[in-house]
Amino acid sequence: MKIGIVTFPGSNCDHDVYHVVKHVCGADAQYVWHKDRLPAGLDAVILPGGFSYGDYLRCGALARFSPVMEDVVGFAKGGGPVVGICNGFQVLCEAGLLPGALLRNRSLHFVCRDVLVEVQGADTPLTTGLRGEKLRVPVAHGDGNYFADEATLDRLEGEGRVVFRYVGGAPNGAARDIAGVAGGERMNVVGLMPHPERASEAILGSTDGRRLFDALLGAG
Amino acid sequence: MAKTVRVYVTLKRGVLDPQGSAVGHALRTLGYSEVEGVRLGKYIELELSGGQSEAEGRRRLEEMCRRLLANTVIEDYRFEDGPAPAPRAP
Repeated sequence: MKIGIVTFPGSNCDHDVYHVVKHVCGADAQYVWHKDRLPAGLDAVILPGGFSYGDYLRCGALARFSPVMEDVVGFAKGGGPVVGICNGFQVLCEAGLLPGALLRNRSLHFVCRDVLVEVQGADTPLTTGLRGEKLRVPVAHGDGNYFADEATLDRLEGEGRVVFRYVGGAPNGAARDIAGVAGGERMNVVGLMPHPERASEAILGSTDGRRLFDALLGAG
Repeated sequence: MAKTVRVYVTLKRGVLDPQGSAVGHALRTLGYSEVEGVRLGKYIELELSGGQSEAEGRRRLEEMCRRLLANTVIEDYRFEDGPAPAPRAP
């Protein structure tokens, strides 16, 4: 398995994701600079967290026009697994690969703490075999308040596209406590606000996040 | 002829605006009890070169708003011609 990790100007979780994929899970990982094209032979692409383009205009709004995103869209349309974590989730929404948008947290506070999320919905590359599991993973964001209109929310629920839901209430005001959604014809595009890469080693307090990487890498 | 266009981007009605709510609360705390609602948005000034027909210029502006300046899932936009009014003297 070879995972491409896109680095935008302002990404700050790309190294964490690389570390978990390569050194914790033992898979192949490669950084992809946002001005480059996706290399051939990738099995999945991860858009990491951070503050791409300083969150100017809106979170993820400028990153979606980076040259690499044209390839990411093509990769996703072809059924390739694409995962967006935190800012990566925002970028995927702005790029139209995922429905909805992420608004400023209802509290207006940046939230940085562990949360419990339950894996729900249809199987995705990131969640295969984990439905019903509750995972302890940290969130760290100012704009994680998931929004979509009611009709879209109903459709997402009906199609099993709500794949992560906060347990015990959303920390950010997200509609229906949604922490992550799936898009793409084959559920192959997944976005989530929590950071599984920060919960993948015991020394960091939780290894629940690693289960998602293991699923993605086919080892789950 | 070059011209300036003012673009306003605001959250759609029905989308909770926590920043607007906080500012409204602060104004009421200052004693401005007449403030019943506040919506915060973005103001963008565009300097545009001329040379296009009115219709084509308008079409391209719409496109800029839809593709980048506003996220139409959550935001509305409108634009108007002309430079920003000069700041009022204190």
